[in-house]
Amino acid sequence: MFKSIRKSLSRTRQSVFGQIQNALGNGDITEETYEDLEALLIQADMGVDTSLFIVEQVRDRAVEKHLYRADQLIPELRGVLRAILIEPPPLQIDTPRLLTIVMVVGVNGSGKTTSIGKLAKYYKGLGRRVQLVAGDTFRAAAIDQLKVWGDRAGVPVISGQPGGDPAAVIYDSIRATRARGYDLLFVDTAGRLHTKFNLMKELEKVYSVCQKSVHQAPHEVLLVLDAPTGQNALLQAIKFKESVHITGVVLTKLDGTGKGGMVFAIYRELGVPVRFIGTGEGIDDIAPFDADAFIDGLFDEPPA
Amino acid sequence: MFESLGNRLQGVFDGLQRRGKLTEADVDAAMREVRLALLEADVNFKVVKQFVKRVRERAVGVEVMQTITPGQQVVKIVHEELINTLGEPGRLELGLQNPTIIMLVGLQGSGKTTTAAKLALHLRKKGSRPYLVAADVYRPAAIDQLQALGRQLDIPVYDEGVNGRPPTICANGVAKARESGATVVLLDTAGRLNIDDMMMDEIKAIKAATDPIEVILVADAMTGQEAVRVATDFNNAVGLTGLIMTKVDGDARGGAAISMREVTGVPIKYLGTGEKLDGLELFHPDRMASRILGMGDVLTLIEQASEQLDEEETQRAGERLMSGKFDLEDFLQQMQQIKKLGPLGKVLGMLPGMGQMMNDVDLSGAEGELKRVEAIIYSMTPKERRNPRLLKASRKRRIAAGSGTSVQEVNQLLRQFREMQTMMKQLKSSGAGRRGALSNLLGGKF
Repeated sequence: MFKSIRKSLSRTRQSVFGQIQNALGNGDITEETYEDLEALLIQADMGVDTSLFIVEQVRDRAVEKHLYRADQLIPELRGVLRAILIEPPPLQIDTPRLLTIVMVVGVNGSGKTTSIGKLAKYYKGLGRRVQLVAGDTFRAAAIDQLKVWGDRAGVPVISGQPGGDPAAVIYDSIRATRARGYDLLFVDTAGRLHTKFNLMKELEKVYSVCQKSVHQAPHEVLLVLDAPTGQNALLQAIKFKESVHITGVVLTKLDGTGKGGMVFAIYRELGVPVRFIGTGEGIDDIAPFDADAFIDGLFDEPPA
Repeated sequence: MFESLGNRLQGVFDGLQRRGKLTEADVDAAMREVRLALLEADVNFKVVKQFVKRVRERAVGVEVMQTITPGQQVVKIVHEELINTLGEPGRLELGLQNPTIIMLVGLQGSGKTTTAAKLALHLRKKGSRPYLVAADVYRPAAIDQLQALGRQLDIPVYDEGVNGRPPTICANGVAKARESGATVVLLDTAGRLNIDDMMMDEIKAIKAATDPIEVILVADAMTGQEAVRVATDFNNAVGLTGLIMTKVDGDARGGAAISMREVTGVPIKYLGTGEKLDGLELFHPDRMASRILGMGDVLTLIEQASEQLDEEETQRAGERLMSGKFDLEDFLQQMQQIKKLGPLGKVLGMLPGMGQMMNDVDLSGAEGELKRVEAIIYSMTPKERRNPRLLKASRKRRIAAGSGTSVQEVNQLLRQFREMQTMMKQLKSSGAGRRGALSNLLGGKF
């Protein structure tokens, strides 16, 4: 798993953190050193505010420890970044109970259905009895797409009619899941921009159906973000948190050049942790998020 | 969360009331804000650097006009330079090839399939006979999706199932389209990462097999710093002829548009908005520039206003406003004019600074509120509308019953109306010109 995170972050490392060693060099720390650092962080999509915050923290540490060589800043930067990725509470999916419900939400095209397919396989492998429900009744062929993933993962998929009311489909699916003795239900939802008032209301309805059907459900609400997304990721997280109280992030498409730097802003502003990362198109290309491995992946030299 | 550049620059120049030329010191202070604003809008770091350099060169020594502040002057220059960078909107090359072959490429989830269907519909409306080819054999149900969209629009879709080779599928699709007498073929290719050599070789092969006259990169407007890499890699691989930015109806600033345009030099041809299949808009550089700067889309609003509003009516109402004779009848008419501009949410979203606020407003409520106000005024006699002071308890009860509201709601409306009148009087005495009843009214009501 470490290897897969590292592998998928190799692009990031080459493009950004590889540059940090070069850019900072081992000369004296000057004002320019900090400007270069800021530039590199911004290019990793960390956003202006978070980048400035990180640079200030690194600067404070440097002053406190009387550092004078630029390469001495690298462990400090690492420390600052690691501190932002605070330890999350235990993942509720792993807590044993009769029926665990996980809602998966996000904007269009972020990779919700694919992530659910991968998660289904992953948890089935851990011995869970997994069921999926197709809550995207809007987009053409979205139900078929989830069914294909269900087949691949070897888990059943419950679906309603295209154009139906997602909340109703999900209500039925919860009863069916319980009746058939499955213990983990992933709820796929239609992609929606967080600015669409009515669609967010629809999502809230789905949330409340879960809430009313099972004690303390939904036990996790995962926001799927794709790594190439820029500053808008934070706005998405804010809006989805307000509407359906997201408890974690699935960061997808990390196998591309996308850097995923915006998760630092999401941790810092909202305290919402990353739970899984998607690292490729294969069904096994998903891994639980490990903050140490994530940062190791950002900094370590590529394996020779 | 995001401050608009205008506000930021206003801060820099605060207290700086003098006129004259913009000095180097002024410009330097401003350029830091410009840089941050663009970075916050997701414009690529390197592109920002170049951009700021160009603005700086233009700004130093510029005469600050009498009527505006130095901050506004800088915003104006930035805005103009953004428009230059965004370039002219592109048009599709139709008619040079028979059938015209348009290939859509992009990352996973950028919206290629939806865009293919939108484009097909758009081109049919313009008189072409479109034909779709489903060449995404990888994503589960991608072909089904395009087939379903094709059925909705009644546009033919060619596919060979998931076992075909995409270059062959596309070549066969083009041949079929030609046979059927189609004039435009849209190739919907699979989403791919720009660093996946095998997949990039595949689109090169598709291009070689079909010789499309248009190769369009479909890109998510929410893309961050990566935009440059993505656009460069696709451009190097298949030679792009245009860009379509999707999901523009969100609240992303869309700085990716600038980055992609700058590094590829190809024009932006359309914007994708919304999930409905008619959600494809022409690209307007000036509006995109305003959006990137967080200035709101005033231009679209003004354009719609001038298209929809009865100029004379507005003029007359403006005069009545200024002369203090504005009554509930005028109020009603103004409200109806505003309603012509489209759903309230869309109208408000175009106002500067409102984009962010809009997220916090329950607009379905606001629409209802407008309807209620209308109903109340309709339940008054013309005499009452012209002279709201006539309204005493008994008349109010009648109006409330007539409009299905309560006396409290009638009172609330009257209070708001009085407040507005007072405000108008103040505006009048402070000499705010005749910018029109519309903006006053919008400012007064919301």
